[in-house]
Amino acid sequence: MTDHLLSIVLFTPLAGLLVLLLIPSGNSALLRIWANMAAFAGFLVSLPLVFRFNASASGFQFVERADWIPSLGVHYALGIDGISLLLVMLSTIIGFIAVLCSWQSVQSREKGYYAMFLLLQVGVIGVFISLDAFLFYVFWELVLIPMYFIIGLWGGPRRLYAAIKFFLFTLVGSVLMLLGLLALYYLHFQQFGFNSFEISDLMKLNMPLATQQWIFWALFVGFAVKVPMFPLHTWLPDAHVEAPTGGSVILASVMLKMGTYGFMRFSLPLLPAASADRVVVQIIAVLSIIAILYGALVSLVQPDWKKLIAYSSVSHMGFCTLGIFTLNANGLAGSMIQQVSHGISTGLLFLLVGMIYERRHTREISHFGGLAQVMPKFAVAFAIAMFASAGLPLLSGFVGEFTILQGAFQANRTWAVWAVFGVVLAAAYLLWLYQRTMLGKITHDENRVLPDLSWREGAVLLPLIAWTFWIGIYPKPYFDILAKPVAEIVARVHR
Amino acid sequence: MGPITTGHYLALSAALLLIGVAGVLTRRSIVVVLMSIELILNAVNINLVAFSSNAQNVRGQIFAMFIIADAVAEAAVGLGILIALFRNKETILADEVDLLKW
Amino acid sequence: MVSALDSLWLIPLFPLIGAAVALLLATFAPGRGKALVSVLCPGTVLLSFIASVSAVAALAKEAARAHQVIFAPWLPSIGAEWGIYLDPLSAVMILIITGIGFLIHLYSVGYMAHEGGYARYFGCLNLFVFFMLLLVMANNYALLFAGWEGVGLCSYLLIGFFYRKHAAAAAGMKAFIVNRVGDAGLLLAILTTFAAFGTIRFAEVAKAPAGGASMTLLALLLFAGAAGKSAQVPLHVWLPDAMEGPTPVSALIHAATMVTAGVYLISRSSAIFSLSPDASAVVAAVGAFTAIFAATIALVQNDIKKVLAYSTISQLGYMFLALGTGAWWVAIFHLFTHAFFKALLFLGAGSVIHALDGEQDLRHMGGLKKALPVTHATMFIAAVAISGIPGLAGFFSKDAILAEAFRSGSTALYVVGLTTAGLTAFYMWRLMHLAFYGERARHASAHEGPWTMRVPLIALAAGSALAGWIGVPEQWYTPAVFRAFPLWIAPVFHQAAHAPAGTPMEWVLMGASAAVALIGVTLARYFYHHRPAMPASFEQSLKPLHGILLNKWYVDEFYERLFVSGLAKGGGRLLSHFDSGVVDGGVNGTAWLTRLSGRVSVWWDEWVVDGAITLGAYFVKLLSYPARLLQNGHLQSYALIFAMGMVALFSVYVFSR
Repeated sequence: MTDHLLSIVLFTPLAGLLVLLLIPSGNSALLRIWANMAAFAGFLVSLPLVFRFNASASGFQFVERADWIPSLGVHYALGIDGISLLLVMLSTIIGFIAVLCSWQSVQSREKGYYAMFLLLQVGVIGVFISLDAFLFYVFWELVLIPMYFIIGLWGGPRRLYAAIKFFLFTLVGSVLMLLGLLALYYLHFQQFGFNSFEISDLMKLNMPLATQQWIFWALFVGFAVKVPMFPLHTWLPDAHVEAPTGGSVILASVMLKMGTYGFMRFSLPLLPAASADRVVVQIIAVLSIIAILYGALVSLVQPDWKKLIAYSSVSHMGFCTLGIFTLNANGLAGSMIQQVSHGISTGLLFLLVGMIYERRHTREISHFGGLAQVMPKFAVAFAIAMFASAGLPLLSGFVGEFTILQGAFQANRTWAVWAVFGVVLAAAYLLWLYQRTMLGKITHDENRVLPDLSWREGAVLLPLIAWTFWIGIYPKPYFDILAKPVAEIVARVHR
Repeated sequence: MGPITTGHYLALSAALLLIGVAGVLTRRSIVVVLMSIELILNAVNINLVAFSSNAQNVRGQIFAMFIIADAVAEAAVGLGILIALFRNKETILADEVDLLKW
Repeated sequence: MVSALDSLWLIPLFPLIGAAVALLLATFAPGRGKALVSVLCPGTVLLSFIASVSAVAALAKEAARAHQVIFAPWLPSIGAEWGIYLDPLSAVMILIITGIGFLIHLYSVGYMAHEGGYARYFGCLNLFVFFMLLLVMANNYALLFAGWEGVGLCSYLLIGFFYRKHAAAAAGMKAFIVNRVGDAGLLLAILTTFAAFGTIRFAEVAKAPAGGASMTLLALLLFAGAAGKSAQVPLHVWLPDAMEGPTPVSALIHAATMVTAGVYLISRSSAIFSLSPDASAVVAAVGAFTAIFAATIALVQNDIKKVLAYSTISQLGYMFLALGTGAWWVAIFHLFTHAFFKALLFLGAGSVIHALDGEQDLRHMGGLKKALPVTHATMFIAAVAISGIPGLAGFFSKDAILAEAFRSGSTALYVVGLTTAGLTAFYMWRLMHLAFYGERARHASAHEGPWTMRVPLIALAAGSALAGWIGVPEQWYTPAVFRAFPLWIAPVFHQAAHAPAGTPMEWVLMGASAAVALIGVTLARYFYHHRPAMPASFEQSLKPLHGILLNKWYVDEFYERLFVSGLAKGGGRLLSHFDSGVVDGGVNGTAWLTRLSGRVSVWWDEWVVDGAITLGAYFVKLLSYPARLLQNGHLQSYALIFAMGMVALFSVYVFSR
């Protein structure tokens, strides 16, 4: 119990970062190798979590607890349940892959870049394992800073605009979120007479509906910006388009999940009455469905490859929030699986787009065509990622979307009917993208000489491809891991 | 001449503070400005130690230790900034720099 | 002794292995291992066929005639698992899929010999067989859906096999997206099934008590899925375009197997449809309308594969007509016979195209009988069979459908069915005459394909001739072996294999359908053989009608008008500007519409959503002007202000006491 496994997982990237700082910044080869090793070590140390996790136990596991600022009731409290486990594993794997894929794409100021990545990794993992609202907030903000620099320093031509937009959106969101958390903190002091930020203490609060609703909306803004939910999503396409490949991958695959995780860890368990309120649920469900359809429609007309995928993220994350606010076990479990699946498939798509960008230095869809002839392996990988994203059965996207639809169907049939159109549109915008870029004749002569995937690029893609097949074919372990925490949330909400 | 009382120390501290503030506000060279800041900090230190001896406990003295450490760090950072500034702007005169506007 | 039923999982596994090997080869060593693929891929399907035959033989010995194996859970939330369900219905399907699938694989070895992407082709084809087997062997709706989408995927990949050609790639996309529309219905149907019955296993749904009023809705959702996959009006537009794929693919996927998945789905859900007469009526009506609608289009098409494609749609309409009248086994019987003769027709057409180096236009053919004797003879049998001339496969199944339509009491359904039978005979013999007879033997170099292409033709021709003899009408008083098909399959639907006692009326009906078929054949012969000038003069005198038929009743254009021009009038100049950019097709029209709403959303995004933020930023900027005057950037002026503030505060503190 006291082997500090979670602390090790949390601080391995930080240790890597400290050593990285000692490497002279001119030695880019060593920097790269070390950063990859550190990220890989971060993944390796997280593996025991999977093997030693007990899916049949309720509550949190691997719990670590120490006082941090006793006078304020702030604790260093870590612990994971099934929900966090999936997201931690997603973070460590994607984190490593994002570092690995930067091998070629980042050729300047490597030291700072990799330092930022490792710092980002600490923040992201911290968000998913904190059991103390204050600690959670610290990590939440910690994520913001490296991401800002990754976009702002290593990004594309409009990187400053994108970075500032990203920063402002998320900062405003997190300030409101902080207000919500502080409100909970003070209410806890009022009711129990001692200070505590710990989630388990905050859960004991007894609040009237009106108070819950105020706090709910404050937290909502913070989480919804991160997800991002319509209409708070406009930072996302800009951030994605300007970010370097590794940044896009982390952003789409892991960081967006911080928002949905916030809903599942804070909004629903801490504010059950507000979360189950009919009006609140209706509003969020409608916003989610708008996001699903709107994101899909906007994707359809994007001229930029990366922007298209960014908008498709809006659509897919709409499924996740819809699943959460069905407030039933299927919706929540489906939402979690969809989150992992989105992390995999969108991560793959961004990786692939990054690879093509390295070759051609453009992402205009109209600059491509007939790539399948020059880069067959690339085309195959892209097809797999595309169909995983479009929800083809036996790939991961279907499992998540289907389970969410099932949950939505249980909660309100109309939702399911609307959401199903998102599935149809997903096929439309992805297949059309595929046709314009991969199929047909080679329209630009520069594309004739593009090299196919290298072994290193294949190694980057292969684990994610295998993972998407695993979830699609045998998702039962995921459902098992999620059963307990999801049941606990549902029980709290429907009490 | 009577014994040196807390009041004397406070007067000294006030004098040092005023000298320091005047230095910060009027001197053109940033080096002198930094030195003046040290004066201000030392004025505070004297104040703290004086009260500490007056109140017969050590809290003030401990705080003074912190401030000394802080002053060191500040001087280091300040001089570092100054060097960076000199590299870029070729000046150490405060009124020739208006970077704070940006 | 190990029963073949214990190793059912081998049946889909073989083609999956073949697909994996071939696709890996295609990806990592393109152009290599051609010999390996030529043996392996047809071989796996043959193995699978052998396994299927032994499994079906073992099933026949079982008293229960239904065998369910569950391997592992899949989607626990809805109780879906990896499981196999074999009953007489799926038994028929796996025999068709593996049997005809093997013949078409064999044919492809010859047909595709000179095409690039050989391994990719066979990999996709094997993958298709795997998914199709998954579809029909699944023990629950969700797993069926996996196979369902899987065959859609393979269809996409194979239609777009010649992906360098824009039309092929676009046709693949169109097929997938139109199918997705139907699939959305099927998805909702699965969820409704679970809500109504609490299970999605076929065996349990069939036994579950009636779920009440939602049955009609559920049945219609299922039908939406079926209509997409089986190209029923109004979702038929993808199938003619799908002919861009290689011809063996058209034979396997778009004639014999995949497009019949809708028929399979509905007969699998017969328990649900029995509870909803309204939904059944819709199915029958749509089927009948599709049958005659597609047949009229087939009359005038000039592309040999397009004729066959519309013929397939029409024949699928027949099957749905039978399903809608509750004649489940008859629908499956027609599915069974149709698989033989339609696959044969496509393969024959493939032989013709192969011999003519890719020529598909009937107007440029003629007199090929001498050059292609095997192709001609086998296609002749198929054409006789599909026309419904007594004695061959098509006659028995089509006659059974017409009899059921008559028995259902709806004269309209019967008349439509009978008319379609006449049209079928006519367009099929028009095709035969244009391709094989007549004088214009321009293609001196035309020759038969290799044995791999000829053997499947002959095998399928035998099937087309004989397959009907296991379902001869009741009133023929033949031994039971001639009624093996209904006896085998009718119990699945809890129906008697015996029709109501034969009446003289039955003979009249049979005579009528035979007569109509003969009239069609004779007319075609008269038009295209004795008076070759007549078709042209008919075209002249009936120009408007001919134009309508040639343009497929303008459905694609109608979709375009409905979605495009109707809105364009309201939308004004902007929309009419876009109108010029709209390409043909209902799907394109819909895609355009959705793209338009996408643009509106983008506009909204940029001006309203983003605008609100920019406006906020602007106000902040406005308010900041006075504050900016204080900011001159000089450190010491800031410090001075700071010091003055301190003094001011201190003064307040001191003097206010």
